[in-house]
Amino acid sequence: MDDQVYGEKMKIRKSTIIVHIIAWSVALIWVLPFLGVFMAATRPWGEISHGWWNFAEFNPTFENFVAAWTDERASIAVGMLNSFLVAIPSTVMPMLVASLAGYGFARFSFPIRNYLFLTIVLIMAIPQQMIAVPIFQIMSSLGLVSNYIGLILVHSAWGLAWIILFMRNYFLTLPVEIEEAARVDGASDFKIFYKIVLPMALPALASVAVLQFMWVWNDFFLAQILIYDPEMLLATQRVSRMRGQYIVSWDLLSAASILVMIVPVLIFALLQKYYIKGMVGWTVKG
Amino acid sequence: MRTEIISAKKNLPLFFSPALILIVLFVLFPVLQTIYISFFSSSGEFVGLDNYHDVLTSKEILNLGDVSQGLSQPYGLGALVHNMLWILIHLPLSMFSGLALAIILRDVKGASVVKSAIFLGMVTPMIVGGLILQFTFEEGVGIVNGFFNILGLEQLTRTWTAHPETALFAVIFGSVWLWTGFSLIVYSAGLATIPREYYEAAKIDGATPFRTFFRITFPLLKPMTLVVITMTLLWELKIFDIVWAAVGEGGGPGQASNVLALQMYVWAFRSFDFNRAAAVATILTALTLVVSVWMIRYMVKK
Repeated sequence: MDDQVYGEKMKIRKSTIIVHIIAWSVALIWVLPFLGVFMAATRPWGEISHGWWNFAEFNPTFENFVAAWTDERASIAVGMLNSFLVAIPSTVMPMLVASLAGYGFARFSFPIRNYLFLTIVLIMAIPQQMIAVPIFQIMSSLGLVSNYIGLILVHSAWGLAWIILFMRNYFLTLPVEIEEAARVDGASDFKIFYKIVLPMALPALASVAVLQFMWVWNDFFLAQILIYDPEMLLATQRVSRMRGQYIVSWDLLSAASILVMIVPVLIFALLQKYYIKGMVGWTVKG
Repeated sequence: MRTEIISAKKNLPLFFSPALILIVLFVLFPVLQTIYISFFSSSGEFVGLDNYHDVLTSKEILNLGDVSQGLSQPYGLGALVHNMLWILIHLPLSMFSGLALAIILRDVKGASVVKSAIFLGMVTPMIVGGLILQFTFEEGVGIVNGFFNILGLEQLTRTWTAHPETALFAVIFGSVWLWTGFSLIVYSAGLATIPREYYEAAKIDGATPFRTFFRITFPLLKPMTLVVITMTLLWELKIFDIVWAAVGEGGGPGQASNVLALQMYVWAFRSFDFNRAAAVATILTALTLVVSVWMIRYMVKK
């Protein structure tokens, strides 16, 4: 009897070990491509050109980062500053505008509400290519090509659909009684919204901020059709420009890649809770 | 739970007009304008469906003339077929590897670290993701070829993204690496909602792990599967940055890894053929709407 229990325990332990080995090897395999680019960025090209896993010579250096940061053709420092200048307003504006509309969808009933809501949901599926040509023409006629205001407006409008949906779903989870009590006390709809509802929605707003900022930072297509002035190119455009047509200088390019991806990776590492809530809440509740 | 406040009709404009103005000006109007110009020639003449006919018979979009040559002929099989290949390969691979990993990681210490490592691809800018793919498949320095060397498959070592026959597959397999984090996270959230007692009951009844998976786990994860399929399909149809970065903006060597979104950009902003580009965009949008209408109908039925 004792032997049998002991045997059972051994079996469990063995399978647990196997599962752990599988899981951690998968994780290792998954980070290998990132590790490779990191090696290319931090070591002289001569050392790694026959495989970055060769450590016969090992002289880590920051030179590539400095070179990418200050590159004459496409300085990543300027690119990252530009990306911040675009991404911050492109996050704040749709957050406020969509919260209002999301609250409207959650709390008010009116005749065309469901059709309006369906339109918003369908917009989420549309590819950016579908607005590209008219957006370029509109912005040309307004003189807003190579102007961040144009790009910020488009990013804000483009983000609205999913933020409205996300905020509506969140508002629906809030009990309506608190708002009704405030109404009895004579508060206006708008006052209720920004004094009572918005403060309660801070966790949802944090998720929205994290996801929207990341998407704008990572965007390449909209920037590529609206920003042409070499001084104004965003971080992702500069990385793409550094690639060169035929010869790829990986030392410079990998350093630039790491600099540009460090921002979303840090945000994910520090605000993971909000990121996952935003991602899963938005998709699963859809 | 009651959620509606019915009183506030006069305040509707206050809540809705900022959002509506932005959406109408910068989303809805451009969408309708794109459909509109897809029916006109570049000189402004109404041409009906001519642009669509042009596009669908062009080698860039559909190139089935000599299928036996496959991807090695100029333009490969055409962007539309490439997008379909993308769906056929990328959807099942990324979905099931995410599901398998979610199930394995349920009982692993430090699972959150492993999940974060796999999820890294989802937060990386896709333009950087594409470059990392190219690097990983590069001859000499890339680890994929390193593995082939270790396995004694030297004849397979090459810069995978630089040859028309392999570029498309390299990018598709590489993007499985980038996208698996999505299905992993969604399935993990779903698994957390299944009560442990179900599994204990199944164990007492002597069910095999295989049976437990098909009778309990997979059916209960159906809503997640639906979300993963929908979002992955939309992502595959819209694919753009990765291809641009991994093989070049022309759609790679011989344009053999071209995709619809990229061809739209090339026609619109390289050849300035806005009408033809609008037709491609409209076809692409029609495909994405089929996917989302399918999803919405399913959710409404439930």
